[in-house]
Amino acid sequence: MSEHSRHERAAVSYRTMELVVALVIFVFGAIVVYDSARIGAQWGDDGPQGGYFPFYIGLLTCLSAVIIFAKAAFDAARGRKAFVTTSQLAMVLKLFVPTVVFVGLIEFTGIYAASTIFITFFMIWLGKYSWVKAVPVAIAVNLALFLLFEVWFKVPLPKGPIEAAFGLA
Amino acid sequence: MEEINSLLHGFSVALTPFNLMLMFVGVVLGVLIGVLPGLGGANGVAILLPLTFTMPPTSAIIMLSCIYWGALFGGAITSILFNIPGEPWSVATTFDGYPLAQKGRAGHALTAAFTSSFIGALIAVVVITFLSPVVASFALKFGPPEYFAVYFLTFAAFVGMSKGQAWKTISSMMIGFALAAVGLDSVTGQLRLTFGFMELLQGFDFLIAVIGLFGIGEILLTLEEGLAFKGANARINLKAVIETWRELPRYWLTSLRSSAVGCFMGIVPGGATPASFMAYGVAKRFSKDGDRFGTGQVEGVVAPETAAHAAGTSALLPMLTLGVPGSPTAAVLLGGLLIWGLQPGPMLFVEQKDFVWGLIASMYLGNIAGLIVVLTTVPLFAAILRIPFSIIAPIILVICAIGAYTVHTSMFDVWLMLVFGVVGYVFKKLDYPLAPLVLALVLGDRAESSFRQALLGSQGELAIFFSNGLVGTIMTLGILMLVWPLVSAALARLRKAA
Repeated sequence: MSEHSRHERAAVSYRTMELVVALVIFVFGAIVVYDSARIGAQWGDDGPQGGYFPFYIGLLTCLSAVIIFAKAAFDAARGRKAFVTTSQLAMVLKLFVPTVVFVGLIEFTGIYAASTIFITFFMIWLGKYSWVKAVPVAIAVNLALFLLFEVWFKVPLPKGPIEAAFGLA
Repeated sequence: MEEINSLLHGFSVALTPFNLMLMFVGVVLGVLIGVLPGLGGANGVAILLPLTFTMPPTSAIIMLSCIYWGALFGGAITSILFNIPGEPWSVATTFDGYPLAQKGRAGHALTAAFTSSFIGALIAVVVITFLSPVVASFALKFGPPEYFAVYFLTFAAFVGMSKGQAWKTISSMMIGFALAAVGLDSVTGQLRLTFGFMELLQGFDFLIAVIGLFGIGEILLTLEEGLAFKGANARINLKAVIETWRELPRYWLTSLRSSAVGCFMGIVPGGATPASFMAYGVAKRFSKDGDRFGTGQVEGVVAPETAAHAAGTSALLPMLTLGVPGSPTAAVLLGGLLIWGLQPGPMLFVEQKDFVWGLIASMYLGNIAGLIVVLTTVPLFAAILRIPFSIIAPIILVICAIGAYTVHTSMFDVWLMLVFGVVGYVFKKLDYPLAPLVLALVLGDRAESSFRQALLGSQGELAIFFSNGLVGTIMTLGILMLVWPLVSAALARLRKAA
């Protein structure tokens, strides 16, 4: 499938990733255990306390993380393989970073302006399309979204100053 | 036969022009979801769920379940034409479907896939029609301990059937349970795991998790593999359809076997994906042409498609009768029921007859609608697949963001979706299964409350879970499922040693 995987450099190996993720899960479990113990994980006067169930969930989370960690530490064969190669990671980031910016933008401009900018940017930057093609596509998509959500199904979408100026917000 | 009467009544509920229109809209949207990378059954339904908030529940579930049927159909299109499974359960369809397409018999492969999907679903719906009232009336006797035992069995089955590392299944499941516990505890009124964040007061909505884990995560993965779609030509003409339909009766036994595998795997929470692989394996072993499987055998398309669709459909049986969904998509539909103010479980069959039988009747109709839609519109959907990824990707991301926002009209959820997206990407690559996480997140509250009520009744004695034959049997089955990975590993080791 990937024609560029012949002599790719690994950005992260499987083992590193397995270990890191297991560690994160362990910390997550530990937080659950800690907070459940804080609010009470015992048998109270009127039944199990609030933290009873999550306490054991947290313990099991930690236990599973420890076992996964140990297994990954000894699994040399799979461990050396690349979790993600540098070029793959670059591709993923090229998509993910603009998406984060896009979500941030929604907070300021509302969905329509943000997604028009996002789609246009993406088509020009990664798709190498010209403005003439990208802008109409972006506007058409937003028009369709507006009709589908706000007009037909009456579901409000996030709006900002631009929509307010049109009296839509 | 009472079921027949109820079903006929259901048809009268489902057969309104409005509902029929929703069926076709749902199927078309569903096929679209199934075809596009990054949108799948579960998160597609999750994204479109807010559209139904204002509809009557019966119409809403009809549309959503039709989206689901459409997605099940749609997965086959990409598998056969592009060798890219649009959905995990269509991976097995690529084995023989793509070779068929390369030989210029794409039309035959597609017709075979759609028709067998339809037959698999039909058999599963018949099973649902007659089995679910029985299960529901049986489940009416359930108390909290029995319910907890059923939840326990459900989750234990995930561990027992996980094909990868069982501990990863447990890990992912426990994360789901922990996330479900976040927020206001309804029994004690305490805040759990919120650490002072007001946004966490309501807890994590599983719809956001589904959109992030399956939607964003999937897109990131797709992108990694590079995206040169090179597809076979898609044309279904009447000749191919008739030729295939003439050929299909030959494989009736394969269909029947695959349906059985599918129904079973759907009802116990195995899911459509393992069902499709199992059915393919079984068909390969029993077929006369078994050794030619993989080179483009129609039978090799029939088997996995029948099973996947049968499993996908029958996954709704435990969801309706017990409130325990058998797949992530069924879980999303269950979430929908809760949002519309319906309590899934046996009482649904007593109190909401219109809803239940309207839904079951719509399963018959929706699959017929699905078959018609896919047979007539394949070229259109194949054309959509040829739209370059640099256009499709941002549009899908925008749709995911809107889907996450509309659940609670909250921007916090959109950020959360991005976080879940990264988690989904990493978990997928490390073989942590995502379905147990989602199901635990959905069922966490209910599992916990039945656990608490059971323990309250028994004054904290865990023996309550073995206090009678029924609950004891379910728990024992669950424990057997839990230790099964250990047993099978030990057996494999013994066999290797011998």
